[in-house]
Amino acid sequence: MSPELLALFWDSFLETLAMVGTAGLVGALVGIPLGVALHVTDEQGILPHPWLSRTLGIVINAVRSTPFIILLVAVIPLTRVLAGSSIGTAAAIVPLTIAAAPFIARLVETALREVDRGLVEAAQAMGATNLQIVTKILLPEALPGIVAAFTVTLVSLVGYSAMAGAIGGGGLGDLGIRYGYQRFLPEVMLLVVLVLIAFVQIVQSAGDRLVRKLSHR
Amino acid sequence: MGSPTAGLAARTDARHTMIELTHVSQHYVDNQGALTHAVRDVSLQIASGEIFGIIGRSGAGKSTLVRSLNLLHRPSSGTVHVAGRELTALSPDALREARHEIGMIFQHFNLLSSRTVYGNVALPLELAGQSRTQIREAVEPLLELVGLAAQRDRYPSQLSGGQKQRVGIARALASRPKVLLSDEATSALDPETTRAILDLLRKINRELGLTIVLITHQMQVVKQICDRVAVMDAGRVIELGSVLDVFRTPQHDVTRALIGDVIAHELPSGILERLRKQELGAARLLRLAFTGDEVDRPLLSEAVRRFDLDFSILHGQVDEVQGQPFGSLTILTRASPATIAEASAFLAEHGVSTEDLTAQLLPAPSGSSSGASAPHLTLLRGDAVPLATEALNRVA
Ligand SMILES: Nc1ncnc2c1ncn2[C@@H]1O[C@H](COP(=O)(O)OP(=O)(O)OP(=O)(O)O)[C@@H](O)[C@H]1O
Ligand SMILES: [Mg+2]
Repeated sequence: MSPELLALFWDSFLETLAMVGTAGLVGALVGIPLGVALHVTDEQGILPHPWLSRTLGIVINAVRSTPFIILLVAVIPLTRVLAGSSIGTAAAIVPLTIAAAPFIARLVETALREVDRGLVEAAQAMGATNLQIVTKILLPEALPGIVAAFTVTLVSLVGYSAMAGAIGGGGLGDLGIRYGYQRFLPEVMLLVVLVLIAFVQIVQSAGDRLVRKLSHR
Repeated sequence: MGSPTAGLAARTDARHTMIELTHVSQHYVDNQGALTHAVRDVSLQIASGEIFGIIGRSGAGKSTLVRSLNLLHRPSSGTVHVAGRELTALSPDALREARHEIGMIFQHFNLLSSRTVYGNVALPLELAGQSRTQIREAVEPLLELVGLAAQRDRYPSQLSGGQKQRVGIARALASRPKVLLSDEATSALDPETTRAILDLLRKINRELGLTIVLITHQMQVVKQICDRVAVMDAGRVIELGSVLDVFRTPQHDVTRALIGDVIAHELPSGILERLRKQELGAARLLRLAFTGDEVDRPLLSEAVRRFDLDFSILHGQVDEVQGQPFGSLTILTRASPATIAEASAFLAEHGVSTEDLTAQLLPAPSGSSSGASAPHLTLLRGDAVPLATEALNRVA
C-alpha cells in the first residue's frame, strides 16, 4: 500500500473515531435523560404521566424505525443549522447522534426497569425526593446496564458511520467503498474490515470489563 | 384542672400512643376496573415502646395496612397519626420529613447492590443532607450495634441473609426513628437466623425504646417477641389483644388455624375422626389452658385425687409465650357433669381455664373447619383409654 493511501487510511480512521465518539457521547447525554423520563413517567413509575410517556415512546419508536440512510437525508436541513454545512464529518455527526439518542434511551429504560421496585419503595420510606430516587437509587443501581447500553450503541454507530460516506462524512467505511470496491483494491477493503473488527472487539471487551467491575450483584 | 404539668405528664408517659389509625380503609382498582378492598375500616392504637404483631392469611391486607403507617400507600379514607402528627394531613414535603421518624425493614432486604454495607446504612443520612462527618459518626455505632463492623466494606452480594437483614435494620435506624415497621423481615431466613434477628429487634426495642410493628406469618415470631397481636382477615382486624390472650383463647377459626402452628390447640383431625367413630356415650371432651406461674404445679394430679377424676390425654403441649409458660391439654373424660363442674372450678382458681369441646365429637359438618394439621401432638393409639389417670391412680 502506498504511503498516500496509508495516510488516507489513518485520516479515515480518525474520522470514524470522531463520528462514533461524538455521536455516542452526545447521544448518551440526550438518551440517558430520555430513558429516565420514559421510566419515571411510566404507569408504574415514580412520576406516572401516561400521556407524556406515550408521546415520548412514539417519537422514539419513529426515529428508531427510520432506516439510517433515510434519516441521514431527512435531517439535512437540521444538519445545516447545527453543523453549518450539510456535508462532511461534522455534518454526519448530527444524524448519527439523532439515531443514537433514542437507541440509548430505550436501552437505559430497560436497564432502569431491572432495578428492583423494592429499592424505590425503601427510598420512599426513607423520605427520598423523586430527584434523589433517580440520582441515588435508579442511576447507580442501573449503572452497569447503562454502560452495557453505551457499549452496544458505540458498536452500532460504527456500522452506521459507514453510511456517512453518502453525505461526504468520510471514515473507514467510506474508504472501503471508494477504494476497495469502486477502484478494485481488495486489500484496502480487507484492511478496513479487519480494523473495524478489531475496533469493535476492543470497544466491546472494554465495555464488558467495565460492566463487570461496576456490577456487585 | 388544666394545669400545664398535667399535659406534660401525659406526654412523657412511657406508654403514650405512638400510632393511631382511625377508620382506615384502602381499596385498589386494577386495570380491569375490579375493586379490591385490601383494608376495611381499621381503627387501632399502638403504644409507645410496644412490639405489635400483625398476622393473617396471605392477601388479608397486612402489607397494605403497614404501608399505610408511613403512607407508602395512602389510605382511601381514614386518618393515620404517628408520633403525634397526622400524616394524612401533611404536605408532601412535611410527609417526607415525618418519614425520617419511621424506619422500615423488608422481607427481601431491599439493599442497594451498588453500595457497600457502610454506604447502605449511610443512605438515609445522605438523603437527609448530612455531612460526611455526621454520617460517619452515626453509621459506625450502628454497625457495631448490629454486629457488622467487620463487614463494613462488603457489598450485599457478599453477605448472608441474616447479615443483609442486619444491614437493613441498621439502615432503618440511621435516621433515629421512633417507629420501626417490618414486613415479613424474617420470612426469608432460617429459624436460627430468625431467632438472632428477633433478639436484635428485641434489644433495639428495649435499649432505644423503639415502637415496632411487624407483619409475619411465622407464629414463632409473634410468640417470641410481640406484646400484642392483631389478626387480619379479608381486610379487617378480627381479633386484637395480648399475645397470651389471643393464643390462649382465640376467638376466630382463622386465628385458631394460624396459631395451630405453634400451639397444640386444635385436636388433630385424625384423632377427632377416630373419636367420632367410637361409642363415647356421655364422655366429654375438654380443653384445659394453663397459664401463669402455676404451670409447674401438679394441679392435674391434685384434681384427679380430689375429685376422683378419670380422663385420657388426647393432645397437649407446654410452651412459652412472652416468657410465660403456657400449656394446652385436651382430655376426654366420663366423669359426671357435677364432678366436671367442681374440678373446673378448682382449676379455674389456679389459673387453668376449661373449655368444653364435646360438640366437636358430633359428626363433622360438611367441609369441616380447618384442615390444618397441628405438627406437635401427643399421639394416642387405639381407643381413648384413660391411661393417664390409671397411672396417676396407681402411683397414688
Ligand atoms: N397494588 C395493588 N393493586 C391491586 N390490588 C392490590 C395491590 N396490592 C395489594 N392488592 C390486593 O390487596 C389485598 C391485600 O394485599 P396485601 O399485600 O396487603 O396482603 P398481605 O396480607 O400482605 O398478604 P401476604 O401475606 O401474601 O403478603 C390482596 O387481595 C391483594 O391482591
Ligand atoms: Mg404482604
